[in-house]
Amino acid sequence: MEEQIKILVKLVPVFPLIGFLFNGILNRRLPEKTVGFIGSFTVFSSFVLSSWAFLLLIQLPEHARSIQSSWFDWVVSGSFSSAFSFLYDPLAAVMMLVVTGVGFLIHVYSIGYMHGDGGVGRYFSYLNLFVFAMLTLIMGDNLLLLYLGWEGVGLCSYLLIGFWFHKDSASNAGKKAFIVNRIGDFGFALGVMLLFWTFAAAGHPTINLTEISHLSPEILAGGGIVTLITLLLFLGATGKSAQIPLYVWLPDAMEGPTPVSALIHAATMVTAGVYMVCRLSALFILAPVTMLVIAIIGAATALFAATIGLVQNDIKRVLAYSTISQLGYMFLACGVGAFASGIFHLMTHAFFKALLFMCAGSVMHALAGELDMQKMGGLKKYMPYTFVTMFVGTLAISGVPLFSGFFSKDEILYNAFISQNGHPLLWVMGLIAAILTAFYMFRLLFLTFYGKSRIDPEVEKHVHESPKSMTVPLMILAFLAVIGGYVGLPHALGGGAWFDKFLHPVFAGGHGESAAVHHSLGLEYGLMIASVVAAGIGIFVAFMFYIADPERPKRLAGKFPGIYNTLFNKYYVDELYNAAIVQPVIAIGRFFWQITDLRGVDGFANGLASAVGWLSSMIRVIHTGFLRNYALVFVIGVIVLLGYVMFK
Amino acid sequence: MAPLEYYIVLSAVLFAIGVWGVLRSRNAIVIFMSIELMLNAVNLSIVAFSSNIKVVISRFIEAVPPQRIPDILQTSMASGQVFVLLVMTVAAAEAAVGLAIIISIFRAKNSVNVDDVNIMKW
Repeated sequence: MEEQIKILVKLVPVFPLIGFLFNGILNRRLPEKTVGFIGSFTVFSSFVLSSWAFLLLIQLPEHARSIQSSWFDWVVSGSFSSAFSFLYDPLAAVMMLVVTGVGFLIHVYSIGYMHGDGGVGRYFSYLNLFVFAMLTLIMGDNLLLLYLGWEGVGLCSYLLIGFWFHKDSASNAGKKAFIVNRIGDFGFALGVMLLFWTFAAAGHPTINLTEISHLSPEILAGGGIVTLITLLLFLGATGKSAQIPLYVWLPDAMEGPTPVSALIHAATMVTAGVYMVCRLSALFILAPVTMLVIAIIGAATALFAATIGLVQNDIKRVLAYSTISQLGYMFLACGVGAFASGIFHLMTHAFFKALLFMCAGSVMHALAGELDMQKMGGLKKYMPYTFVTMFVGTLAISGVPLFSGFFSKDEILYNAFISQNGHPLLWVMGLIAAILTAFYMFRLLFLTFYGKSRIDPEVEKHVHESPKSMTVPLMILAFLAVIGGYVGLPHALGGGAWFDKFLHPVFAGGHGESAAVHHSLGLEYGLMIASVVAAGIGIFVAFMFYIADPERPKRLAGKFPGIYNTLFNKYYVDELYNAAIVQPVIAIGRFFWQITDLRGVDGFANGLASAVGWLSSMIRVIHTGFLRNYALVFVIGVIVLLGYVMFK
Repeated sequence: MAPLEYYIVLSAVLFAIGVWGVLRSRNAIVIFMSIELMLNAVNLSIVAFSSNIKVVISRFIEAVPPQRIPDILQTSMASGQVFVLLVMTVAAAEAAVGLAIIISIFRAKNSVNVDDVNIMKW
């Protein structure tokens, strides 16, 4: 059985790579339909293989669920070696199913969404490359391969954000995403190097994930170096997963096509940081300081991004801030040691946030690309499928009971409260963020689908439901957004917390479920009721504001213009970064360009050239061009030589 | 037979005239003729040395007087005369090429004055 899994796992990333090469090379020579079919089919094949491998994996006994399969030796240098090989364990299995499953649905959706765009071949080849890179990231069994995938998804993110590169805003957003990610990646690379260095100094030169997990308690325990390593790694995670302080690129990344936002900037790539922290949980657990930092940053980001989301009018930006906020929850879970809960929320979030983005895309599709929610409204009657699926997604993200988001979010809040790394204050922050989440999501829903139409009459004539290739993936995702949570149904609600148990062997520390047993069920129910009430408050306030009295938000904004403007302008963080970082860097760059480069380097090179030229102009006078002069010089030369020979 | 020195002096005079002609003259044809003159001056000295090989050898290897050098050496040292034939052949070939160049210069510049052809510089 293990051999079978090895083969299956090895083949999973191959299909998207083939799709990328095929679509990338043939590109415009293929008709649009073929491109879409190939793009989706390759990811579907990967999904089938992942599911098959998953079914085989759960038949294995728990301790055997960690399988390495190697393609080839990639880098071997001295004591350092890194193979192109994959690690298949419960964590990788879950991630692979999410990436290929949700990825496949988004590919199908893209066929409808990107219909008629000139660059469909380019689009699908990037998308397939992304899936390949993401699979490399989550399947790689060593840090270098993980880093390859890490950079690969960053590249694809850049390419797809700037997909409509003729738009200035899109290409700028792509650059911003890439550069901000570079800052994080720099930290990540330093962390990996420091890790290898520390391990090599201890006589174990390895970057293999399994070996690191086994050896780190022995090598790193008690040292300050592990805090530094994990903080550097976490810096990488804040870049990739859009946490404070490096979250600024994600809202701008909404310039890309909406399915890209759904796939890369909601469901998969941005969760890479969470995955990485969970994957190296054995390392992070040794650094309590880092864990605290992660928990605080996670909770702060959850709250901070949610407040910005309250007042944005751009439908995709609301979802972007919501994504940042939800990623904050995942980090909060990691920070308090409940890694399984983080991955659980990662999975349910992938379902409902991809769903919400794709619904938003469907709305944009119907409204000729309109993004401003103030120019929507009353779409319920035009787009029944989109409306129903979006409603389901909104209920799920708001944490309404029976929907997937409730279970995962509740588990995180519960762990934040009771875990030994947790703190009631973290729980309070998470709870407030939950209220805000419910509020801004229902605000989005009400503004878009309810009330009077504020649509441009010219556009309203053409409003239509999206084609089947778009609505069917929406329905499947809506279904998943409902049932996705039941795999992790907690004991308190009669479930078996199967998801936690499945992931348990991967994570160090044994927090989460095992710790939960020591607490009373009463506390668990109490916390659960608190999060239900939080969702209820958010929904109720949204109802009061946007259905009962649509003028109320404006009055409130007029009453507190300071708060409103601060939130509307995203706390002026972009402006702050621009003044504090971007402008100084530009000034330094200008200095190096104008002074060092133009004057220094170019000056030296040009000066050398003109010095040689000047010297030559001195000497060239002897070249008269007259034949007889040359002959005379020649004769004189001969005479001198002869004289030397004769009279020496 | 006249002594070797006569030939050498004549050869030197001819050569000097040739050099003078090359340096003085502006006419490409005259320069060319002067070069031929130098070649022939050299030829003359070579045949002179060749036919007086005994004198040359005794001049350089002083212990041996000319009378004691065997006659056979005189005939076997005829390579100088062969060499002259070679020089003449080369001179003929050179004349063909040189004249062709001069003619083509004349066609281009309508002149055989070498000072008109002063583009041999950058």
